[in-house]
Amino acid sequence: MNRDPILRVCTKIIVSPIILFGLYVQFHGDYGPGGGFQAGVIVAAGFILHSLIFGLSEGRRLVSQNLNVIIMSLGVLLYGGTGLISVYLNSEYLNYSVLAHDHKHGQHLGILLIEFGVGLTVAGVMLILFHLFSSWKGEGK
Amino acid sequence: MIEFFINGFLVFLLAIIAVIAIKSIKIFTTVMLAGAYSLISAIIFVSLDAVDVAFTEAAVGAGLSTVLYIAAMKHLPKRENIVNDNSIPALIVCIIVGCLLIWASFDLPTIGDVFSPIHQHVAPYYISNTKADMGIPNLVTSVLASYRGYDTLGETVVIFTAGLGVFLLLGDNSGQSNKDE
Repeated sequence: MNRDPILRVCTKIIVSPIILFGLYVQFHGDYGPGGGFQAGVIVAAGFILHSLIFGLSEGRRLVSQNLNVIIMSLGVLLYGGTGLISVYLNSEYLNYSVLAHDHKHGQHLGILLIEFGVGLTVAGVMLILFHLFSSWKGEGK
Repeated sequence: MIEFFINGFLVFLLAIIAVIAIKSIKIFTTVMLAGAYSLISAIIFVSLDAVDVAFTEAAVGAGLSTVLYIAAMKHLPKRENIVNDNSIPALIVCIIVGCLLIWASFDLPTIGDVFSPIHQHVAPYYISNTKADMGIPNLVTSVLASYRGYDTLGETVVIFTAGLGVFLLLGDNSGQSNKDE
């Protein structure tokens, strides 16, 4: 934990815009550069900054390890599940055209869903990598 | 002409950063220089019009991996052990491989060449059909998420597997498995 008041106050101010920017990148991936992968990394970076300044235990209180594993599994499930829904609607796996009445809307919806899945998985994995590596005490324990 | 100077300057910066990073003894300096190296590479990607790649490079290379290195630094000594073996054979091998790579680069198509193989295969199809198929302006997203959806699913699973592996190796399983030991 860092006691420097400048770092603590700046972190409090800056973490939420970072996460907001991550969400912007997430949901505007089809209009501008970026997408699920980059958004996941940015959101994870926001949480990692919080953990760096306020300490790992505080970061763990925010996102516990079990929640972390659930988030990263949900991402893959959302991606794969979107594919299964299009199979259920009598089309090929991961063909999003059938998800809505208009095939363009279907594609748009499918891309949003799977990008969100990618974002969840990437954010979860990056966060768990940071938490586990920085709380690792070495082989001796 | 101006593009040549900008790219030359960026590559020159990359070379300087690489040399300083190798020469520096403090690990913290090396980690910071690695981040700067990624940031300069990201600028080079922007100048090549690959904004998505640049975005990824800046977020992952300059941002997240630097943080992970800093977290790993806690387990390392502050300074590197100085090893003084000026290995001549290694230098010779490096120079030969470098010359071979430069020689091979003469066979690469020039940047933006319409007749290069990469622009003759599936790329024209994606460019002409994205608007009609998906109605979204970002080609990279349409290729990544829809035309090549399987590949991205595979990549997501790979990332997930990496995270799961680290979790199983280093995760907090103090409850049950310790009793078994």
